[in-house]
Amino acid sequence: MLFFSQLINGLQLGSIYALVALGYSMVYGIILLLNFAHGDIIMVGGYIALLAITAGLPTYIAVPLSIIGCILLACIIDKVAYSPLRKAPRISLLITAIGVSLLLQNLAQLIFSAKSQPFPSSVVIPKGSVNIGGFAISYTALVTLVVAVVSMLLLTWLVQKSKMGKAMRAVSEDMGAAQLMGISVNSTISFTFAVGSALAGIGAILYCCRYPQVSPTMGSLLGLKAFVAAVLGGIGSIPGAMLGGFAIGLCEVLVTSLGGSAWTDAVVFAILIVVLLIKPTGFMGKAMSEKV
Amino acid sequence: MLKVNDINVYYGSIHAIKGVSFEVEKGEIVTLIGANGAGKSTILNTVSGLLPAKSGTVSFMGKTINGIAAHKVVGMGLAQVPEGRRVFLNMTVQENLEMGAYTRKSAEIDDSIADVYERFPRLKERRKQVAGTLSGGEQQMLAMGRALMSKPELLMLDEPSMGLAPILVEQIFDIIKELNKAGTTILLVEQNAQMALSIADRGYVLETGKIVTSAKASDLLNDDSVKKAYLGG
Repeated sequence: MLFFSQLINGLQLGSIYALVALGYSMVYGIILLLNFAHGDIIMVGGYIALLAITAGLPTYIAVPLSIIGCILLACIIDKVAYSPLRKAPRISLLITAIGVSLLLQNLAQLIFSAKSQPFPSSVVIPKGSVNIGGFAISYTALVTLVVAVVSMLLLTWLVQKSKMGKAMRAVSEDMGAAQLMGISVNSTISFTFAVGSALAGIGAILYCCRYPQVSPTMGSLLGLKAFVAAVLGGIGSIPGAMLGGFAIGLCEVLVTSLGGSAWTDAVVFAILIVVLLIKPTGFMGKAMSEKV
Repeated sequence: MLKVNDINVYYGSIHAIKGVSFEVEKGEIVTLIGANGAGKSTILNTVSGLLPAKSGTVSFMGKTINGIAAHKVVGMGLAQVPEGRRVFLNMTVQENLEMGAYTRKSAEIDDSIADVYERFPRLKERRKQVAGTLSGGEQQMLAMGRALMSKPELLMLDEPSMGLAPILVEQIFDIIKELNKAGTTILLVEQNAQMALSIADRGYVLETGKIVTSAKASDLLNDDSVKKAYLGG
């Protein structure tokens, strides 16, 4: 019983990490950028949802609004900050990403103050639980799992079967050859940011439903943990990011349920160190030689 | 069809292409030959828009195309088979071909794929395999098939013989001749000057970023200096 509820708990948290990790992995797969501003996009998504709901908009408008906000923000960041650096060394891009992250956090503090604000999670997903085979599963957990799994299936279809998804794979493999096919590299990269951020937007709402508050720095720890999940799964790999997300979520809940709730963050980052030492390519990543 | 006029290309401060001009007429096979590092690939990459020319013009079917982004040049009827094939190794044969037709409407693609499979039956057998599992010769065929998917007027081939066994080289060159007979104009860049000149109408000899000789291919095959430098005596 306890095991089962902890399992659901871990899968719920894990699916949020997985959604966020996908954004890291997809962007890394295509332009080799660790987009450290990704977590802060979640924070912005949280605030948009909060503002929309407190303004009295219904959930079915507030949630898409927040997701669209995340997509637009990511595309603007790409256009303004990253795309001028396409040919610059990767370290410049990385530092720019950190700069964008700090900018977003401080802008949010300026606008909303540093205090965290409660998120009306029960408006988005009603309180209560459903009984499945004698086990009670909260609506929040159920919705989170279903939404995450559906999003991942859609993403898999998009990447494997759609024309744009194939173009994404082509660009991530060989930008020059992709251009010779008539694929616009810049719009493909923007599209990748858009898809990753849509997933982040979904993750933001689900995260706020689980931990019902928003603050300017809420994205940084979530983002870092999702980054660990992406590395654990093999950065650049889409199924890897999903797997890594679930693994980190389950692991965190396991540590908490063993009474080590103060240790969860330490354990997650210890995993990062161990992965980097023992198997830097993660579960599903490919060993890559530096392109010259 | 293709007119390259006095182009200069730099890699940083290195002056790689120095005032190169050449022409390709409709229906021809034209070859650029020269040693490693002479600038052959650089010229093709400049024509296709992957590299910018500092000065000079490239015009294709009457339109100036330098300065136009590489991904827009393909739709105008100019396709390039890049050096080293550069097929998408993690994608299937079929997906590679679909990428080749990226600029076309999806309704038209199936016929073209059937055409490519007819020309390269090996690719049909392997259509669901990822390209990374193909042999070098098969990858070259895939790279050519992929370029043909855009229905090009002019096909530019960069070292199609590279790394292939002699029998495969012959096969590839036979296919190039067939494609030309079927109406595709060919610009061929090769280190294998003997093979290239044997199928070409005209040739240009490139040395350290400059064109030093241009003539009918049959004349170049008999030219003493060309023989000495590129044809092994």
